[in-house]
Amino acid sequence: MKKSWGVRIWRWSIITVVGAYLLVPLYAMFDFSTKPFGFQDKGRTFRAWQIIPSQPDLMISIARSLITAGIVMSLILFLIVPTAIWVHLKLPLLRRPFELLCLLPLAIPAIVIVVGIAPLYRWISINLTESPITLSAVYSMLILPYTYRSLSAALDAVDIHTLAEAARTLGANSSRVIFGIIMPTIKTGIVNGSFIAIALVMGEFTISNILNYKTFQVVVAQIGRTNGNVAVAVSLASILFVLVLLLAIPTKKRRGAVLDVDLV
Amino acid sequence: MSSSTYVQLVDLAKYFGKVRALDGLSLDIAQGELVALLGPSGCGKTTALRALAGLQELDRGQLIVDGKDVTFQSANKRGMGMVFQAYSLFPHMTARENVEYGLKLKEHKTAGDKRKARSAELLDLVGLSTHANHFPHQLSGGQQQRVALARALAISPKVLLLDEPLSALDAKVRTQLREEIRRIQMELGTTTLFVTHDQEEALSIADRVGVMRNGQLEQIAAPSELYDRPKTSFVAEFVGLTNPISGKVSGGSIEILGSVVKTLPGSVTSGTGIALVRPESIDVVASKSGNAKVAAASFLGASCRLNITMNDGAKVTAQLPSSDAAGIGAGATVSVSLLDMPVFVKAAG
Repeated sequence: MKKSWGVRIWRWSIITVVGAYLLVPLYAMFDFSTKPFGFQDKGRTFRAWQIIPSQPDLMISIARSLITAGIVMSLILFLIVPTAIWVHLKLPLLRRPFELLCLLPLAIPAIVIVVGIAPLYRWISINLTESPITLSAVYSMLILPYTYRSLSAALDAVDIHTLAEAARTLGANSSRVIFGIIMPTIKTGIVNGSFIAIALVMGEFTISNILNYKTFQVVVAQIGRTNGNVAVAVSLASILFVLVLLLAIPTKKRRGAVLDVDLV
Repeated sequence: MSSSTYVQLVDLAKYFGKVRALDGLSLDIAQGELVALLGPSGCGKTTALRALAGLQELDRGQLIVDGKDVTFQSANKRGMGMVFQAYSLFPHMTARENVEYGLKLKEHKTAGDKRKARSAELLDLVGLSTHANHFPHQLSGGQQQRVALARALAISPKVLLLDEPLSALDAKVRTQLREEIRRIQMELGTTTLFVTHDQEEALSIADRVGVMRNGQLEQIAAPSELYDRPKTSFVAEFVGLTNPISGKVSGGSIEILGSVVKTLPGSVTSGTGIALVRPESIDVVASKSGNAKVAAASFLGASCRLNITMNDGAKVTAQLPSSDAAGIGAGATVSVSLLDMPVFVKAAG
């Protein structure tokens, strides 16, 4: 059936407005980052982009933030996911309290969290290590609302009780049930949750800045104070990086056995 | 314990708060036998099955399989094959991978070649060898339950446990699949416990049917005996249809609808009782001077069901072969009598 012209125009105008809302700032950033910023520049220049690699601390901060994101992801995979599965399977009474607990980081402003954990991190940096990677602990707490929601939705969408019981009668022990059956079943939820977590870790500023750790965003802000063009170029690059990550989230229900976990 | 007893459920009890899911259930199953547990929802039949699978802890009782006490053995070590009511195939595995899953685990570890041969053989047995590489979402409900059956059989289970595996399927597939389950079970000789609330299902494929009520076994017998010689009014009323007709009981007989018929053991022995008469035990003949009128007639194919109002106002339902019912329609005057079949009589009131 053909849609009427009115509906089509309405649709396209919505798409145009939303698209402009999202893309115009990105274009503005690109425009700004290619503006001349030295005496030797004439017209458009990509110098701001070219000198990104030579910025002090930038590359190492990217590496640190990526490592932190990696650690956060493995914490999700080996701690949060099994816990969520266990709560759904065995402790249904704890589901509500657990959900509430996971939502808390949304309700508490980052600045309040920092004040709370600052003494702990002071102790860590004096006695253990000054590495910003230790931030992965507080980040894995910050991402809970997003990861848990997406996991919980995935767990509710399938009858994990029956799957778990079927696997048990066939001879599977608890860890095999969790890692071999349920995790592959809810892999879309896990992937979604993990990508959102990476995006959040790469974009976090408040906590790392106040705790004085040179993470990616903190370094970008520092560059911004000395050279606006480069800072905007770096920001745009990081936005595009995260955008690519988010676009990689599988939206189709399944395309085949991509992530078959076979522990045998 | 008879020599052929393979599975024993001894005095099982499980209480959920005040609800007595199992209340002293005892049951023996012989090797290679298919026993169906039948009962209304909440009677404890599924709890009993889950207890045998190791998925339900018991408050009391003992489970013995092949001479070994398995009461406290965990589910993954019991070697029971189970097919669930809900679709339970692992969604990220193909049909073949599902069937092979149990054979990859430590409990039933089988080498690669043998495993492949076994899964091929089982998928063939359930008629799905051409669907081996399909994922569950590419299979129909009936096909999924077939794969689930093949998966449960792959581990050569000591006992095959079927928890209403057909109830999510439509009527035609259900009939077809239940016959197939029976064929495969006979072929492999697997001892099987089958739980259902569908009496037709239970009566048609089981060697013995146990009717459960309030966590206890009311009666267990061969299907025909259960139907023809119920021991309690609950069994008589739950299995098949009955007409409650009151009459005078004396000396092991009851007088109803102008006939005297024998009463079954367990019936009321004197005074007024209510006979539970099967619709097919009632004979109906068209007759101008009859004692009843047909209120409604429904054609069921091979048979015909007649709702009849007796001249004294009592209502009965009769079922007779369509050939005998020819010409008897709504409004016809008929004469109603009883065939000489013993009936169960419960106390009046």
